[in-house]
Order: sequence, then structure tokens, then C-alpha cells
Amino acid sequence: MATSSVSKGCFVFKPNFKKRKISVPVGDYFNKGKNESEDGKLRFETYQLIWQQMKSETEQLQEELNKNLFSSLIEFLQKSCSGFQKNSRDWGCQIKLREIPTAALILGVNVTDHDLTFRSLTEALQNNVTPYVVTLQAKDCPDIKHFLQKLASQLMGCCVDEDSKEGNIQVAQKKTHCSMDSLSSWYMNVTQKTDPKMPRKKRTSSSQWQSPPVVLILKDMESFTTKVLQDFIIISSQHLHEFPLILIFGIATSPIIIHRLLPHAVSSLLCIELFQSLSCKEHLTTVLDKLLLTTQFPFKLSEKVLQILTNIFLYHDFSIQNFIKGLQLSLLEHFYSQPLSVLCCNLPEAKRRINFLSDNQCENIRRLPSFRRYVEKQASEKQVALLTDDRSLKEETQSLLENLHVYHSNYFLVLRCLHQFTSSLPKYPLGRQIRELYCTCLEKNIWDSEEYVSALQLLREYLLPPETQPLHEVVYFSAAHTLREHLNAAPRIALHTALNNPYYYLKNEALKSEEGCIPNVAPDICIAYKLHLECSRLINLVDWSEAFATVVTAAEKMDASSVTSEERNEIIHARFIRAVSELELLGFIKPTKQKTDHVARLTWGGC
Amino acid sequence: MMSKLELKEDKIMEVQFVGDDDVLNHILDREGESLKNGSAADGGNKVYSFQNRKHSEKMAKLASELANTPRKNVSFGLKNDPEIMINIPQCSKEHSASDKVQLKKSDKSELLSAAPSGLRKRLIGPRSQSDSESEYSASNSEDDDGVAQECEEDTDEVTMSQKSPSQNKAMSAPVCKETPSKKMKRDKTSDLVEEYFEAHSSSKVLTSDRTLQKLKRAKLDQQTLRNLLGKVSPSFSAELKQLNQQYEQLFHKWMLQLRLGFNIVLYGLGSKRDLLERFRTSVLQDSIHVVINGFFPGISVKSILNSVTEEVLDHMGTFRSALDQLDWIVNKFKEDSSLELFLLIHNLDSQMLRGDKSQQIIGQLSSLRNIYLIASIDHLNAPLMWDHAKQSLYNWLWYETTTYSPYTEETSYENSLLVKQSGSLPLSSLIHVLRSLTPNARGIFRLLIKYQLDNQDNPSYIGFSFQDFYQQCREAFLVNSDLTLRAQLTEFRDHKLLRTKKGTDGVEYLLIPVDSGTLREFLEKEEEES
Repeated sequence: MATSSVSKGCFVFKPNFKKRKISVPVGDYFNKGKNESEDGKLRFETYQLIWQQMKSETEQLQEELNKNLFSSLIEFLQKSCSGFQKNSRDWGCQIKLREIPTAALILGVNVTDHDLTFRSLTEALQNNVTPYVVTLQAKDCPDIKHFLQKLASQLMGCCVDEDSKEGNIQVAQKKTHCSMDSLSSWYMNVTQKTDPKMPRKKRTSSSQWQSPPVVLILKDMESFTTKVLQDFIIISSQHLHEFPLILIFGIATSPIIIHRLLPHAVSSLLCIELFQSLSCKEHLTTVLDKLLLTTQFPFKLSEKVLQILTNIFLYHDFSIQNFIKGLQLSLLEHFYSQPLSVLCCNLPEAKRRINFLSDNQCENIRRLPSFRRYVEKQASEKQVALLTDDRSLKEETQSLLENLHVYHSNYFLVLRCLHQFTSSLPKYPLGRQIRELYCTCLEKNIWDSEEYVSALQLLREYLLPPETQPLHEVVYFSAAHTLREHLNAAPRIALHTALNNPYYYLKNEALKSEEGCIPNVAPDICIAYKLHLECSRLINLVDWSEAFATVVTAAEKMDASSVTSEERNEIIHARFIRAVSELELLGFIKPTKQKTDHVARLTWGGC
Repeated sequence: MMSKLELKEDKIMEVQFVGDDDVLNHILDREGESLKNGSAADGGNKVYSFQNRKHSEKMAKLASELANTPRKNVSFGLKNDPEIMINIPQCSKEHSASDKVQLKKSDKSELLSAAPSGLRKRLIGPRSQSDSESEYSASNSEDDDGVAQECEEDTDEVTMSQKSPSQNKAMSAPVCKETPSKKMKRDKTSDLVEEYFEAHSSSKVLTSDRTLQKLKRAKLDQQTLRNLLGKVSPSFSAELKQLNQQYEQLFHKWMLQLRLGFNIVLYGLGSKRDLLERFRTSVLQDSIHVVINGFFPGISVKSILNSVTEEVLDHMGTFRSALDQLDWIVNKFKEDSSLELFLLIHNLDSQMLRGDKSQQIIGQLSSLRNIYLIASIDHLNAPLMWDHAKQSLYNWLWYETTTYSPYTEETSYENSLLVKQSGSLPLSSLIHVLRSLTPNARGIFRLLIKYQLDNQDNPSYIGFSFQDFYQQCREAFLVNSDLTLRAQLTEFRDHKLLRTKKGTDGVEYLLIPVDSGTLREFLEKEEEES
């Protein structure tokens, strides 16, 4: 094979005509293997459109949610800046001058969402406070040297906008030698130089100070080594009068961590103020509100799918970003697997598209379970018309889609009302969050539940579960298992199943077995695995090999074999060796020196 | 609380904010469900349950059971053994309340039967038996026997004293006013904990003393192994083919998802190398792509980055560190959005790549919009490599591709227990390196080889002392000062052809870390040529 060698592990393949650089349009992969009459192209375009809209909606949402936090942060920064500006002889100010203004930003454990927050924070600061905003991550700063290098290169990168070539050379030179002294002299240089140039640039409000402060954001404060942090804080507090620094700590856990990382002598050099970001659960609620509990987007999730996504959120990571990823995958899967998703768009457009549906697509409509249920309820002439005549089918589909639309707009309205009514009741019988209520309503008739109050029966007809609506399949994505499989996989369970129950994958009758049993014709690795489960911490290879041979020989006796017994034994031994090395690769066993010709088990229990 | 439980009996699946235990159960349950098949549904419980103290004879017993009833299903010990029954966590949520009460009863009786005296017997029993068989002994190659003995006795006592209060608790259960389910859970956990410590307390494990040597089964080398395995006719080929075809239908979907910003990770039993190779040949032919064999022992993140910078981006400069190199690549790909690169990594979880830094760098590469990553993992703990931050960099979509294919290539580099180092690889590299040296240097090395071969049967031989070696080299007119000899030795050391060791007398000893068979072969080859 071209990709195996004993001397190297990386193989680069460049197609000959690299100059032409043709790349296949993404849409082609969407349509591969699909029936042409099922509007693949249109479906992919619709997917992309809806996804773009959803994405920009979430980004906008995030910005709005952060608005309060950012404005209080900016206020704090401006206040501390003015402290730098005043050259007061006031004793209090003198003391303060030795303290680095620090904002501790409590962001919560959903670290994956922090990036976005910091990105927009940087932007906001650059627009409102100072052009010099630098973000550092712990992984880039193993020691103080790298810390200062990164700081310097980013800082100098901040001021080179147009004459970047010159700047880059400068940066490259500076990189080798960096100290706080060089930083402050650079700062003096730059602030004096830019003064006359100021009108040229669009630096609007930042020009209100002669010397804008330098804001340093430490994204993941907890991950920094204490030594690096302490050194940096001590050094920079010495230079504060010539290098006006403001720190922002990104904190995922709790503010106590500051005092755990920094001894009193160091933390007393900081003037800390706490800022709390919005809780991620509230964030989720708003995202759901804007993306799913609305008729703005035609795409909907079924109860199971929504449950899985919220469960991943609540039990695994609290990450909005992951939630959005799940939403994206649902959207993609829906458009990929449901031919009629072509009608999952805004109502006027969907009505237009109905007119162009192919025969094949009309058949697809007729095959929808919800549509079949609907047809059965109609008078017999109408049934015939719907099942045989494409034109009357299309007309009916238009009106049904319209109904579905009306259903949704009523649904969400009433849902919100009901939530308003019940969310303040003691013990929250229908849940505290609107998503809980939504899930219940998606699942079944809400009025059938015990918690439901009879006085609210008026709402009944509006909160019918979506499955009762004809054509709901067009806009609802319900393949919950695919979602779970691809987002929240359990590789260890898969291994376990493959080793314990090969019949699950290999549908051969010979492999059929009851739970906890394995037939002796099973793949070698399954047999070796089963045998090793019977051992405790150490396994004697000879015993194991003999046991393996016993089983395998018994299995082979069934087929007449022409090879000699000695050769057969050798082959069986080779098969055993292969199975053992494979189990080692998979991490079930490892070699041990505790006893000769033994291996150690690495798992505990049934697997 | 009870009434609520009863009410919701049939739909306990709903989200409730509860204690850690329940969350754990919940997660396990979830994962069990992820396989559509009913039989795998309780996989979670099994996978994470505790292991029992087991006896070494069991394997043989099981094997004979399996062998004697060919093509018939033999139920494994798990079901018949009353001791083990205690261990299977019976936390399945489907049990109704009445079931639970029953369970509790049986559970209690089992607890009583597992009283300390019985436990002691169990510990001692097999040993007295094994005396007659004379083949069983505890693992004690390294630690002092007497001390270990004492240790064991101590721990026995500890388990005893731990055991008794818990037993009391179990007896007094009816008086206790806790709800049954809670009560049961507590007993269960304490029981599990004891089982765990019981199995781990003693440093000795009873296994038979037989060694492969006694069996007269020599270690096979890689080539023989391959030849032998080649004679095995593969079973279930029709089913395997069907499995593979199922996965091949996903190729276009994978391409779509890769291009839309996801990365793909394949998991499941069996080598996924052939599958990925077919993916490569069928859909990646027209794109720039890099295949990375994670199982290759010499692989490193640096070599991955190098092949990207040097071969993909045609950059000839060097970089001060991997992070600099990464920055450079990231900038390159951000600047030129028409640039596209597919990375195929076999065994992203291999020994060489599983480190935190490597994963961070590969994750950062994969998070680029125009770098697409498709990788396979095999190790059962592979997902532990990734924290939330890394997972979000990778943006994985998981695909289960169980193939049952043998890991031929993946294990061929491995220093397996049963596979002899073939020696062909060191030999060829030995020849290769020595050809590039000066005649004098070759002479020096040959001298060392000969001396080492002369002493190969001497068990106390620790190497050629530097002074003696220098003397001999001088006599053979190979060097004129110890400085030149030292310079020469440094070069050997760089090629890993030499190891030096300080003896107890402070003298430096030189040793070639290659087995004598290879060395002899090398000398023969050399003589043939000259």
C-alpha cells in the first residue's frame, strides 16, 4: 500500500493538476446518490440559507446578551484610565498607582463559549477604550519569557495596521529579546508618535486620552502557572507609571481562585472588581426562544431531539456552542434525509415550490404517515382525487401547509401565555423554563397531564402535539438516534458490544447467541476477550493460549481440515498472538514485569 | 417522595435535578440506549461495573465448556455464580416498586452470605488447593516474599474490620427509616467498594507459573506470523463485506459534513485503515491530502507539521518551535482561502499522538475552516484525551464503523510480548549507518562488536571499559588520542548504536544495544563484501 512504510508515518498526496485547483462544489456531495427528481439542489440551498440566518441570529443574540456586561466593563476601564491620567499628588492616588486595575470576569464552566465572548469584548474595547487590547492564553505562555514575547508581538501587531511590512520586521527582531523595559519604551514611542497622526485614523473615542491604556485579557486564568502570573504582576506593577496596564481575568470557576493562585503580597498589587456574565441557562433559553419558539424559522425539532440536545447541554457541557452545533447537524440531517424538506421554507416560497414538485415528490407526500391519516378522514371522492390526481394533491398541500403555519403561530403564542400563567405557580407544576413546557407539549396533549389545571382548557386546541398535523414531517426533524450517535457517541459501549455479541454486527446465524454467551466460532478476538474476562489482575499467557487453542480447535473440528496437526497448532498460536496484540492495542491488557509471561488486565469488571 | 415515584413510574426518563449518583446512572443509561439493539441496552452497567476476584482455573474451565459443546451457547460464569450476582449493579430504572422490594430482600441475603469468614475462606481456599497442583503461586518476582505475606495478612484484617460494621448495617436495615431505594443504594455502594478493595488489597495474584519456555513454543517473528496468518481462511466474509459496504455508502455524506465545518472520527472494533484508504482513493484523489499513520512508532506532531509546511506548502525554512510552525500554517491557511487540505489520521489515539500538546496542536489545525480532518480511534479510553476545549476545536461528528478487520499494520510495529524482534530492521539500519562512516570509524565499531560477541556468554559482562577500548584502538592504529575516540563515540551514540554506563568502580563501560544475532549477521555480511 502506498501509505505504509517502515521509515515514515506521513504521506502527502498532491494531485498533478494542482495549479488548476478545482474543488468540487459542496452541494455535489449533498446530491450524490440522490434521486434527481427530489430537489436535492434546492434543498441544499435552503439548508444553507436557513443555517446562515440561524447563525447570524445567534451571534446577534450573544452580542445583545453581552451588552450589559460589556458596558459595565467599559465603564470600569474608563474609570481606571482616568486614574492614570490624573497626575495628582494626592496620597491615595499614589497608592493606587501601584495597583493594577483588574476586572475579574466570571464566565462559567462552559469554556467553549468563552472564545466568542472574548472576541466581541476585544472588539468593543477597541472601539470604545483603547486600540491596545491583547489576549493571552495559558497554553501559549509556559514561562514568563514566552508570556512577554506573546504580549509584545501582539501589542506591536495592534498598532501596525497599514505599514505592516515594516512592523513585521520589527516584531521579528523584538521577539528574541523582550522585557518590560523595552515594552514601556515602545509604548512611550508609540503614544507620542501617534498623537499628530491621530486625525488620520478612525480611532474615535479612544483619542480622548493622550495615553490610552493597554488592556491585557487572560482568557483562562485558572490554567496559568502561578509563577508566571505572579512574576508578571510584580514586574508590571513596577512599570505601571510608564506602562498603564489593565488586566482582565477570564474565570470559569469562582473568584476564590484568584486568591488561591496569588499570594497576598501579589494580589494586593491588584485592584480587583468582579463582573458576572449571564448564566448559560438563561442564554440557552433565549437561544431557544429566538430560534425554535418562533415562526421566523420554519425548521422545528421533535420532542426527542430537543430532549437530547438539552440533555447534552445540562449533563455534559453547558455549552451553547455545542447546542448550536447539534442544531446545525439536525438541520443538515433533515434536509439530507427528508426529500420533502424542500418545502421547509417560508410560506409564500413553499407555496410556489409546491407547483414545481415532481411526480416522485408527490408520491413522497402521499407516503407521509400524517398525510395518510389525513386522507383516511376525508370523503371517498376526495380520497380518490388526492391519491390519483397530482393537481388536487398540490392544491391540498398548499392549504395544509398554510394550516401548519397558522397552527405554529397560534401554538407559540398560546405556549407563551400558558408559561406566563404557570411559571409563577408554587412548585412549578409545568416546569420553570419554557423549554420544559415546550417539550411536554411536543410530546403529548398537555391537558392529559395531571398537572394541568382545568381552568386552562381554553388553550386546548392550540397546543395539539405536532404529530397530529398533516405534513408535519416537512418541518420537524425527529431522527433523535442519529443525533445522539454522532454527537454523544459511546465508543466503549460499541467495543463492548462488538466483543461480547458479534451477532449484533455480523448477522450470521452461527453467531446467534443468548446474552452473556458466545459461540466458539466467533472471531478470534472475541474469544480471547471472553476468556480474559475470567481472569483477575494478571493473566498467564500460557494458560490463556491453551484455553484459546481448546476453544478454537473445537470449533475447527467441524470442518474437515487437510493441514497437519502441527501446522494447525502453529496457525492457532499465531491467531492467538494476533488476538492478544489487538487487545493490547485496544487497551485491555498491557505487558507486565511482575511475573514472567504474564500480562496485566487494565479493565475492571465486565469489560 | 414515594407517591411521586409511583406516579411517574412509567416515564422516569424525564429530566430532574437530582444528586450525583442519579446523574451518573442517567448518563450510563443514556449511553446504553445509544445502541438500538435491546441486548446492548444494559451495556453501561456491565462496562463500568466492578470486577470480581476470580480464580485462574476458571479460564480453562470455561474453555473446556466452550469446546465441549460446539456450536452451542454456553452460559458464562457471570450468571451461575452467586458471588458475582452481588456485583452487577441492579440500578436499572425499569424495575417497578414491588420489584425493588424483592431485589432488596435477595440482596440482603446475599450480603449475609458474604460474611467475613466466608471471605477469608475464599481467599485461602484456592491456595491450599493449588498446593497439590503445584503449578500455582502468587506473583512475587520482585518484592520480598515475607513482607508481602505480612502485608496480605494486614489487609485481610482491615477488610474484616471494615466488613463487620457494614454487615451490622445490613442486619439492622428494617429498623432504618430510610426509603428502600436509598437504603439499597447505600448497601450496594459500600459493597462494591469493599469488593474493589478486596481485589486490590493483596499484592499477590494467583496465577499458574507456567512459562512459554516450558511450553517449547518459540516466539515467532513478524514475517512467520504473517505467513501463518495468511493461511487462515477468513470467516464471515459475506457479513464483513456487507458491513463495509454499509460504511462506504457514507463516503459522500462524510465529504459533505467535512466541507461544512465538521470533522469526523471513526470508532468501533476492527482496523479502520482499509476503510479510510478506500475513502481516500474513491473521493480524495483530486484533493491535496496527507495520510498520517498514528501507529507508526516514529510519528510526532512535528513530523505532521513538517509535512504540511514542507510538502504541502512548499516552505523551506525552519521553525523555532512547533507553536511557531503552527502559527505560520494557521496564517497561511487563513490568508489563502482557496487552499484546502484533507488530513487522514489512522489512530489519532496512538501512543505517540495522545499527549496533551499533540492533541492541542492537531485540534487547532482541524479547527481551521479549510483543513478537514477524518481520523480513527481504537483505544477504549481514547475519548479521555479531549477536554471540552479540545472537543470544541475538533468539532467531531462520531461515526461507529465496526469492521472486525485485523489490526495487521497497526500491531506490526508493536513490541508485542509474543513476537520476537525480527532483527531485520536493526540490521539494515546498522549497515546503512556504518556505510556512511569513515573506514577508521567502521574499524572502531567492528572492534567493539567483536569484543561484545566474545563476551556474549558472560552474564556479568557490563560493557567494554573505555580505557581498555582506547588502548586496543590505539594498537590497531584507529585513533591517536582519546579525544578523537570520544568524538567518534558521540557519533555512534547519536545513531543509537552505543550506550555508555558508569560501573560501580566509576569506570565508563561501552555497550552496543543490539542483540548478538544481528551483530554476528552484520559481521558476516561485512566480511562477505570485503
